[in-house]
Amino acid sequence: MPSLNPAELSPQITMRALNFYYGQTHALKNINLDVYRNTVTAFIGPSGCGKSTLLRTINRMYDLYPGQRADGDLLIDGVNVLADDVDTIELRAKVGMVFQKPTPFPMTIYENIAFGVRMHEKLSRIEMDDRVEWALTKAALWDEVKDKLNRQGTSLSGGQQQRLCIARGVAVKPRVLLLDEPTSALDPISTMRIEELVNELKKEFTIVIVTHNMQQAARVSDFTAYMYLGELVEFGKTDDIFIKPQDKRTEDYITGRMG
Amino acid sequence: MNDNAHVSRQFDEDLEGLRTRVLQMGGLVEAQVLQAANAYLEADMALVTAVIETDGKVNEYEIEIDDACIHVIAKRQPAASDLRLIMSVSKIVTNLERAGDEAKKIAKGVRRINDRGQMAMVSNAANVGHLAKEAMVMLRRALDSFARVDAEEALAVIRDDAEIDREFKAIMRQLVTYMMEDPRTITCSLDVITIARAIERIGDHAKNIAEQVVYLVEGRDIRHPGKERGE
Repeated sequence: MPSLNPAELSPQITMRALNFYYGQTHALKNINLDVYRNTVTAFIGPSGCGKSTLLRTINRMYDLYPGQRADGDLLIDGVNVLADDVDTIELRAKVGMVFQKPTPFPMTIYENIAFGVRMHEKLSRIEMDDRVEWALTKAALWDEVKDKLNRQGTSLSGGQQQRLCIARGVAVKPRVLLLDEPTSALDPISTMRIEELVNELKKEFTIVIVTHNMQQAARVSDFTAYMYLGELVEFGKTDDIFIKPQDKRTEDYITGRMG
Repeated sequence: MNDNAHVSRQFDEDLEGLRTRVLQMGGLVEAQVLQAANAYLEADMALVTAVIETDGKVNEYEIEIDDACIHVIAKRQPAASDLRLIMSVSKIVTNLERAGDEAKKIAKGVRRINDRGQMAMVSNAANVGHLAKEAMVMLRRALDSFARVDAEEALAVIRDDAEIDREFKAIMRQLVTYMMEDPRTITCSLDVITIARAIERIGDHAKNIAEQVVYLVEGRDIRHPGKERGE
């Protein structure tokens, strides 16, 4: 296992004095956080604590909704993605996202992957075939679908659909992959497959995962951030957080106590 | 440690039950050590029998508490202070059971000496009584530090172990001198050495329990400091 000493890791995402507002509501308060390259970082916390909001800030998903805004610094590889002149289409190719419910496009399995790639790159037919195979292999789905690439994406099982969405996310070769409760709609075996996949994918991508399942955070992540009421309460190595958290509020949450 | 209640009341009850049973087992072992020491000091063979009979009960506690720990892990996936409690309870129980075994060794040693009619010889042989008292105090304080979740007290217990080790060595030197001066005391002295060694080991187990209390409270593993750890 590679070292998890922050001094030996390079931050890919740097947040400094990051605030987020839903209209008048101050949803993220002065977040300062580094997400390290090729690691898995989990955001945990009770409902409404801001973890999904923080995830959506990273690829500016909030731009799609009026009245939502962020200020402060959010750097990805040194570039502030909150700046006005950032091309959000390009940003979302760099920062892929997978949602709670599988969201395959109403297209064939092949087209589900190829569709996004075409928006960013011009590939020959052969190159595209290779890319689709590569992405499906990365998402541990290739063996199950290689003989039925022309079937509808929606014909797959829930767990397979979610891996298809992950394949779609990695197909455009992002740097960061955001997973928003990716297994909460899946059965335990499919969940384990996704967790195993996350462990494989971190070799090539930086992964941020929001999860309500604390054991999942403990299993899949290298670093854990505990959020409460829009604040980052504690951030540290997952092993430390789950054995000896520093903050009483983190302790109460992960041990299932009433604060 | 965390005083807040879990959302699951059953979880709270499980953990509280574990703590209570560890203290019950600790009380039993304390009584066993006291009986063994008195058996030696007062040549009381009824106490020898009592110590040996209690051993079975102590063993049952060990099995029962470990089983309860496994159930909590399987059902609750404990984290943080809950996880540290389960791990430390399991190790404390092992040390208590071994301290009970040492008490049994003391009792059996007393019986051997008594069977040879040599109990009169040991009373002035060495200051084993004082050593036993020190070990009992250590054990009681280690269990108190667990009950009160008090790392400071646990660290004090750990420091006191050095004193027991020192006294044990002094007793050894004294007994070796006896044996050299009068070979007729050898058989008896060897039994006294076994008894003193068992008392010294009880001190070690009390120290191990105190180390688990520090881990429980602070999340810090203080066993094998420095060189012994291969650092």
